[in-house]
Amino acid sequence: MVPLSYYLLLSSILFACGVAGFLIKRNIITIFMSIELMLNGVNLSFVAFAAHWHRLSGQVFVFFVMVVAAAEAAVGLAIIISVYRTRETLNVDQVNLLKL
Amino acid sequence: MTPNLNLWLIPILPLAGAAINGLWGRRSSRQAVTAVALVFSGAAFAMALWVAARFWSIPLPYQEFLAHWIRSGTFTVDFAFYLDQLSLVMLLVVTGVGFLIHIYSVGYMGDDPSYYRFFAFLNLFMFFMLTLVLANNYLVMFIGWEGVGLASYLLIGFWFTKDSAASAGKKAFIVNRIGDFGFLIGLFLLIQHFGSLTFQQVFHSIAPMSPETAGAGVLTAVGLLLMVGACGKSAQIPLYVWLPDAMEGPTPVSALIHAATMVTAGVYMVARSHVIFERAPMALTVVAVIGTLTAFFAATIGVAQTDIKKVLAYSTVSQLGYMFMACGVGAFSAGIFHLMTHAFFKGLLFLAAGSVIHAVGGEQDMRKMGGLRTKIPVTFWTMTAGTLAIAGIPGLAGFFSKDEILWRVYQASWIYWVVGIVTAFLTSFYMFRLWFLTFFGEYRGDADGTAGEHGHAAQDADRRHGHAAIHESPPVMLAPLVILAILSGVGGYVGVPGSLGGGNRFDRFLDPVFRSTTPALNTQHNPGETNPPEQQTEGPEPQTSHATELVFTGISVVAALLGFGLAWTFYYRDPQLPERVATDLDGLYDAVVHKYYIDELYGEVFVKPLVEGSTRILWQGVDQNLIDGTVNNSADAARHVSDETRHMQSGNLRSYAGWIAAGSAAIIAFMIWMGVGQ
Repeated sequence: MVPLSYYLLLSSILFACGVAGFLIKRNIITIFMSIELMLNGVNLSFVAFAAHWHRLSGQVFVFFVMVVAAAEAAVGLAIIISVYRTRETLNVDQVNLLKL
Repeated sequence: MTPNLNLWLIPILPLAGAAINGLWGRRSSRQAVTAVALVFSGAAFAMALWVAARFWSIPLPYQEFLAHWIRSGTFTVDFAFYLDQLSLVMLLVVTGVGFLIHIYSVGYMGDDPSYYRFFAFLNLFMFFMLTLVLANNYLVMFIGWEGVGLASYLLIGFWFTKDSAASAGKKAFIVNRIGDFGFLIGLFLLIQHFGSLTFQQVFHSIAPMSPETAGAGVLTAVGLLLMVGACGKSAQIPLYVWLPDAMEGPTPVSALIHAATMVTAGVYMVARSHVIFERAPMALTVVAVIGTLTAFFAATIGVAQTDIKKVLAYSTVSQLGYMFMACGVGAFSAGIFHLMTHAFFKGLLFLAAGSVIHAVGGEQDMRKMGGLRTKIPVTFWTMTAGTLAIAGIPGLAGFFSKDEILWRVYQASWIYWVVGIVTAFLTSFYMFRLWFLTFFGEYRGDADGTAGEHGHAAQDADRRHGHAAIHESPPVMLAPLVILAILSGVGGYVGVPGSLGGGNRFDRFLDPVFRSTTPALNTQHNPGETNPPEQQTEGPEPQTSHATELVFTGISVVAALLGFGLAWTFYYRDPQLPERVATDLDGLYDAVVHKYYIDELYGEVFVKPLVEGSTRILWQGVDQNLIDGTVNNSADAARHVSDETRHMQSGNLRSYAGWIAAGSAAIIAFMIWMGVGQ
């Protein structure tokens, strides 16, 4: 059986990749994908703990996260399309109308 | 059962007058203001007379408790009044002369736009002065003491739009503060050592003590500090400089505050504290020396002044010196006697001078007067009475009181007497100089008497109605003059000394005040003095001294006549002579005219360093650099730090995310490092 620490390590690597992508990338869709990556990193640790402790609540949480991620993807993609239509760019640094 | 005299009414009446005139006077008619001012000050005088009438039927000293003020442990101070022979004399002088001067002011200030303000201040002064003389403890006395200083400041600067008047007021106030500081420290010492400020308690605890012949004890310290206070209030060396400047005030103010009453508060205070001074021979000597020096010094300055009020001001300083001289040799009743007669004749002289100034349209320079004898006869004759009284011509008030003082100081030391007699000569000289310059010879002013246009004096007296000609003052001003002239004439007969066939009743009247706690007087004079002062409390003096006393009386009369003769030679027979003498005595004359450059000296030694120090160190150094600098620099520092840190708030979403990530990482690292959960 694969020990718990392996899962957690993978989970934190995934999360760290997500954070790094979020901070580094300028393309809004890549950023969006990085967020998904972070969510899934967390999901992995949820299910790992659930299996380890034989508790279902971790798996239930994962479902919730997936639902929220789906809803977020729907709304987020709509916003991205809308931004692209008005700004004709996907570079977040150029979407700065509210900045001083 | 002690009858209730309701003493509190006496000071409260003028206060009520001041309040009414001060609050509603602006909107009232002049008649209403006049009525309020005169009724309330007159009522105070009537009350004082009523108290005097009942004086012999009550047990003395009479005390009246009004309210508790301070109660701290065993230390208590009450609002309470105290009446004995000394306070009664002061009470009558203050209310009587004060009332007369109120009447006079109705005429003198008649045209002033701030008529109501003048009377409000004048009544306020009466309130504080009466509080001062009626107080039964030092602290209530101090209220009055400070209050009269305030009233004096307000009235000197009455014409505050005139720069010189405003600064004269400030000068008076500040110089008085120096004296008050000494007074206050003296009071603190009394509290520390005797735990009380009530006259009777303090004196009761001091009474058993023997005189501090060694020279430096508590009583000496207290006495010296009280004398500092008295120097400030009563314009003695070295704090006399404010009084001549105080002549910027209206003339009735000069008469009431700066001649008759307030400036004598110091003498009253020293006399009141006689129990302390009698046991502090060194302090007493200091009092006598200061008094003697001041008397002589001020008289010499008075000789060369040309402003009629300045002559009288220096004369006042000089006469106050006489009073301190008397107190300093233990002859307190002689000092108070002179205080009383001085109130009469100096009040009279000032009022008469005011009448002269009024007559010539605001001119105060005697060189521009002259020949007024026939034009203003009533003023002339009343002023003559005052001049004769102050010069010490036999038969008038000043003669008896001054002679009494000179005789007393001779018994202490002949040096005092010599200076005193020279001062008497100078007094006679400058007063007759004033008299001749003002009333004799040719009129030297502008022909039509519109002298009011030029000079700093222009504001005094009636400024507005252009005087068509020199004219006598209205009856409302002349009546007080006549009354005071009569008092200057007969006021001395209450204290005719034994050598002249009198019983010295004034001395005996005050005797209970000064005798009750007098220690053996033989021990309280300087070792260097050869003649021990006679115990003043013995009844009529021994018959053998009468002849000697008469000789001294003769000498002082001769001095007075010499002064008259010299003034006559200089200013009547040969008006060119003074100028020649002045040229001959170039340096000396110059120094005297410039008042020995004392004002300049004080300016250099005290005022300038103070102003410089305040400017350089306190203003530019402490305030601008230290205080402002601290505030400004901390504000600058805050701005710089903010300038740097606000870059964190870039508005860039990813940098926020970075901060969050870094923060989370830091927290996690910290938790791991601390071993949370294990």
